[in-house]
Amino acid sequence: MSIPKETLLRAYRQMKTIREFEERAHAEIMNGQIPGFTHLYTGQEANAVGVCEHLTDADAIVSTHRGHGHCIAKGADVVGMMKELWGSAEGLCKGKGGSMHVADFDRGILGANGIVAGGPPISVGAALAAKIRGNTQVAVSFSGDGSVNQGTCFEAMNMAVVLQVPAIFVIENNYYSEHTNIRYAVGCDDLKARTEAFGFPVFVADGADFFAVYEAAGKAIAHARAGKGPAGVFAEQGRYHGHFVGDPQYYRGEGELEDLRENHDCLKNFRARMAQTGEVSDAELDAIDGEVMSLIERAVTEARAAPRPSADQVEQDVYINYGT
Amino acid sequence: MPVKTMRDAINEALHQAMAADDSVFVIGEDVAGCMGSSGKPGSVGGVFGVTSGLYDKFGPLRCVDTPISESAIVGAAAGAALMGMRPVAEIMFADFIGVCMDQIVNQMGKFRYMFGGKTTCPAVIRFASGGGFSAAGQHSQSMYQVMTAFPGLKVVIPANAYDAKGLMLQAIAEDDPVLFFEPKALYQTSCDVPDEMYTIPFGQAAIVREGDDCTVVAFGQMVNRAAAAIDALAEEGITCDLIDPRTSSPLDTATILESVAATGRLVVVDESPPRCGLTADIAALAADRAFHSLKGPIKQVCAPHSPTPFAPELEAAYLPSVEKIIAAIRATLS
Ligand SMILES: Cc1ncc(C[n+]2csc(CCOP(=O)(O)OP(=O)(O)O)c2C)c(N)n1
Ligand SMILES: [Mg+2]
Repeated sequence: MSIPKETLLRAYRQMKTIREFEERAHAEIMNGQIPGFTHLYTGQEANAVGVCEHLTDADAIVSTHRGHGHCIAKGADVVGMMKELWGSAEGLCKGKGGSMHVADFDRGILGANGIVAGGPPISVGAALAAKIRGNTQVAVSFSGDGSVNQGTCFEAMNMAVVLQVPAIFVIENNYYSEHTNIRYAVGCDDLKARTEAFGFPVFVADGADFFAVYEAAGKAIAHARAGKGPAGVFAEQGRYHGHFVGDPQYYRGEGELEDLRENHDCLKNFRARMAQTGEVSDAELDAIDGEVMSLIERAVTEARAAPRPSADQVEQDVYINYGT
Repeated sequence: MPVKTMRDAINEALHQAMAADDSVFVIGEDVAGCMGSSGKPGSVGGVFGVTSGLYDKFGPLRCVDTPISESAIVGAAAGAALMGMRPVAEIMFADFIGVCMDQIVNQMGKFRYMFGGKTTCPAVIRFASGGGFSAAGQHSQSMYQVMTAFPGLKVVIPANAYDAKGLMLQAIAEDDPVLFFEPKALYQTSCDVPDEMYTIPFGQAAIVREGDDCTVVAFGQMVNRAAAAIDALAEEGITCDLIDPRTSSPLDTATILESVAATGRLVVVDESPPRCGLTADIAALAADRAFHSLKGPIKQVCAPHSPTPFAPELEAAYLPSVEKIIAAIRATLS
């Protein structure tokens, strides 16, 4: 599969942006700068980017509690996101939602979600809207290896098949739901087969490899766009941080984290592949790295200085019009 | 007497109840932790640490770790309870009631009545409830005010470690289904808690302060704030009764009405939004049953009719503060 250079450069930039956004968020949380509960996506960048590179602003995504990566990959304003993590009045959600509720409707981001498996049913609705209108939009939901065990996820998958809507279920297996391994929480040995049993094709990818995810997601999304009903993507890749910042991670095996960072890194893999094919030079990638670092620095500087919300905003935006 | 945190007090109650009665077991997400992983099963003990040590002591049969499946967790507790077990299920955040409402409300809560009084469902469902952590709209709700509305369910909200232990042991002993809301802001607060087992009966309020000028009724994490407000006013010579009902269902109406009859004034404090909530419920009780003793308006101090915001300064403005409680008490007196 040949990928245009423009796409390659953008994909790398997006993955790098997610990586640095998350690593900086981690540092700022440790410094006590960011309130609330934050779940970092570091390590899984290729999943979000490999999927979202096939989407336009007209397509919808529905994200999870670990949503920063999905949102950046779908084009969310990085500075506005950082401001939201800070709880600023200028944040993407005016400081009302924070890390777990980032949304950007101009980019088709229907929201991160604090409720595990709150998203898949919503993606079915977004896909149903496309089907009723007869356009080629698709809707993607992201689910973790833990999320797929919720009834809402089962219901969404079955209904998407029954209604034949262009919903794409992206399952990200990072091996853990909080402190529990998938080996325990998913009762069968083959989650891909269990998902396919709902009646749609599932394409598997190594989540540390942008090219693998891009290819698998391309097939799934093409299937849905062609009006053939829902499809799935199943990508495996561990997260580099704990479930939340401060997680003691008792569930990790010896050397597991080191192995993940050393041998399962989508950025390293991307660079290695480019070195091999010569499509993009190291210098070009280095230049992107530099630009990303300054973007993140600017985001943090602006987030720190951004205006704080005032008490009168508490009761704003509960309704559009409440008549009182 | 030994000083214990609320978290440790509830944990101790669970240990003691499970040791005393083989039919008691816990079930929920990560109540053991590390299942299927390289880590030692049991090393988490619940995301708030409340089920700590239960796996080591009682093993996987009685410390039942589950997938993320709240409906199935509550349903499993309800089904086991119908068979005579005494499950204590953990639903982590009270907000997740949204996922398992049917099993709680339409199933567990109505078995006894719908089946003509022929069965019991002695299940306890535990939740961490309430705000104060910048956890935003889906991880901050108290929820107990909603659940109080459903006949068939008993609803408990401890406000200190001592009560938490006694109420948990009572909840496990109850033959009716009990929803046990643990204000997460109070997990680390501590007080004297006896080592031995003891129970606190449901429907019996605690009188936290005694005074003459006003009755203040407060729930959960608002009890401490109300006490701080009352203590500040005491310096001016204004004294108040402070009543912590401890269970919102059943509700100790007698203690509240007696106090209102004596003081002639009422302030009700809760962190939930106002509509159809506990402050409105108790205000209505007093208006209905103590109208002629009232010397001033009843005041409700609660959150606004809005979801919980994320930004710390917004949440601080959202939750009832000591200042707002003081202002409300003054308003009943003027
Ligand atoms: C309904 C509900 N139950 C439980 C939780 C608590 N919780 C948050 S994330 C999580 C684990 C999710 O695991 P997975 O779906 O694999 O996603 P990951 O965290 O690995 O990205 C749990 C149990 C929640 N937020 N919502
Ligand atoms: Mg996971």
